[in-house]
Amino acid sequence: MIRQYFTQLRKVLYASATASLILLFVVACGGTSTTTTTSTPVNTTPIKIGASLSFSGDFSADGMAFQQGYELWAKDINKAGGLLGRLVQLDIVNDNSSPDQVQTNYQTLITVHKDDLVFGPFSTLLTKPASVVASRYGYAFVEGAGGGPSVFTRGLHNIFDVSLPVANNLVAFTHYIQTLPSSQRPTSVAYATEDDPFTQPQVDTAKTLFEQEGIKTASYQVYPAETTDYNPIADKMIASGAQVVVVGTLLPDVSAFIQRFKQQHFNPQALIATAGPDQGSQFLKAIGGTQSAEAIMVPNGGWFPQANTPGNAQMVQEYLATYGGNAADISSDVAEGYSVGQVVAQAVTNIKSIDNAKLIAELHAGHTYQTVQGPVKFDDTGQNIAATAYLFQWQSGSLIPVYPANVATAQPVYPKPNWP
Amino acid sequence: MANLIIEAVITGILTGGVYALMSSGLTLIFGVMEIINIAQGALVILGAYLSFWLQDNFHIDILVGLLITMPIMFMLGLLIEVAFIRPLKRNRTMLSILVTFAIAMIIEGVLTRQAGATYVQLNAWYVTASFKIGGFYLPYIYIFGFLLSVVLLSGLYVLLYRTKFGYSLRASMQNRTAAELIGIDVERVSAITFGIGVALAAAGGVAFGATNLFNPNSHYDLISRLLVIIVLGGLGSLRGALVASVALLVIGDVTAVVWSPVWSSTVFFMILVITLLVRPQGLFGQLEGRKQ
Repeated sequence: MIRQYFTQLRKVLYASATASLILLFVVACGGTSTTTTTSTPVNTTPIKIGASLSFSGDFSADGMAFQQGYELWAKDINKAGGLLGRLVQLDIVNDNSSPDQVQTNYQTLITVHKDDLVFGPFSTLLTKPASVVASRYGYAFVEGAGGGPSVFTRGLHNIFDVSLPVANNLVAFTHYIQTLPSSQRPTSVAYATEDDPFTQPQVDTAKTLFEQEGIKTASYQVYPAETTDYNPIADKMIASGAQVVVVGTLLPDVSAFIQRFKQQHFNPQALIATAGPDQGSQFLKAIGGTQSAEAIMVPNGGWFPQANTPGNAQMVQEYLATYGGNAADISSDVAEGYSVGQVVAQAVTNIKSIDNAKLIAELHAGHTYQTVQGPVKFDDTGQNIAATAYLFQWQSGSLIPVYPANVATAQPVYPKPNWP
Repeated sequence: MANLIIEAVITGILTGGVYALMSSGLTLIFGVMEIINIAQGALVILGAYLSFWLQDNFHIDILVGLLITMPIMFMLGLLIEVAFIRPLKRNRTMLSILVTFAIAMIIEGVLTRQAGATYVQLNAWYVTASFKIGGFYLPYIYIFGFLLSVVLLSGLYVLLYRTKFGYSLRASMQNRTAAELIGIDVERVSAITFGIGVALAAAGGVAFGATNLFNPNSHYDLISRLLVIIVLGGLGSLRGALVASVALLVIGDVTAVVWSPVWSSTVFFMILVITLLVRPQGLFGQLEGRKQ
């Protein structure tokens, strides 16, 4: 009887102890749960953005200007509190202007450095191989200087160019020539272009448009990018007797052409180069001063120092504070690089994430982003369909917008005066 | 078209003279020292920058400035030879490629740090001015560049064939060991030769910088052309460098106007390959001549 009593008492004690332990466990868990919900950790690690730029080789001048654009943007975004509350940290490496090196660099940035996002390199030539690497790893590839048509015909879904599609750069010039009175309108044009995916599509588009208007082609030459002796090419344009010269160049070749034209006393009525005259004081020094530059034209993808576009005044001011010089000396490459950052920042803010798949979807969603170069809206291939081409001209030592009329600050000078 | 071809030939000859000046230093150094100076292109660009700075800061005419830049570059050449080339005792030809490439990288780095990557060009009244002769305008800069080449290469000829040092130098070119045995101080000859080669790069730099935009990276294209010239002309042959330079430029220019600029390099390289198949030693090189 007594033994039965103790057995029952022991069962009661076991049951009580078990119940107490369960109660303690529940209380304990409840306490922990409360603590967790009140202190969610905030991710404060910087967002790493990788980019490969050219600090030596053919694109070194442009690469350094692009670096300035990226760095100014990073400085501004960090000053404003960062991206999604996290500071931005740039991870920039040198590709020596080499298509092979640029691939290696993006492979390294993505797989070794584990960068969260990547920005594009300079030039169509480098963007093409680099974008393939980014695509392989599912990274969005937003860039500002890879606008050659061949970039967008390879079925890549991850590439986005914030600048004006390259092929349309000279359209404003062709429109302007077509507006001239018939007594002034030229009847023949000489073309020469590097075999470069940036320059040749522009020249070919201009040639097609002029020929449709009945303006004949007096001479058409394509030369290798490694050409160093431009005299025979210039001589052939001179011998053609063309009234207008359209050249697909960068700074070295347009300077060589101008030098040869001056030596040979060849004075076309209009001279436009795809790039080179937009390089400010570098261009002026190269061709011998402002008088030689008078009335030379260059297309513009929507940016100039005085442009009334979102963030432009701030960018120009900070550029001058950081690097010195004059506003006219700021390369358009700086604005292109800065615009890349602006577009990515707005897209990331919209999706509140730096997930690359979501970012690609956002950039394809048809939204319009605001940049120092003007509005940006991507079509299915990643080209900016909101950008507009302008025509700029050197007048009295300044490079100013002259066409179309809504942005022009002066009438175009035509015909071009003779060389000094 | 005939006018264009004549103009291309004249321009090719004049520009070829400038390339002869730049490549003569390279071939001279190879002839005496059996080293391939990959830094010659970078030294040409350095010479151009020295002239640019003299012009920019002291308004010294680019041709007059050679009186300052050539001695400076000569001294730099001596320094490079003593510090970097002389210590190479074995496998000199192969190791010299690596060492002089490193020197080119150092020069490029220093220039980039000092001058940035922006393009510059040498300017003077004669850079864009020209005069009419027959139906053509001949630019003064090409005439002056060609005359500079003639003067300096003639001076080099006199030095090589009319002076005691020239005999020592040519003896070293023909047989380094035998020259040492008859008492020639081959190391001293080598150092002076390297200095002369680098001083010629300064002169080439003026002609190059007045006819082309340049920045610290411009030496890559340049050295590849200079190497092609001395291979075609025959390694170590000054006469070969002159003929090959003119041939390179004339063939390139005529092809560009008659056919297309795309083919100008291709045609030249086809001729180079055919020439080397027929004469592996180049136009004026000596086959196996250097073997002891």
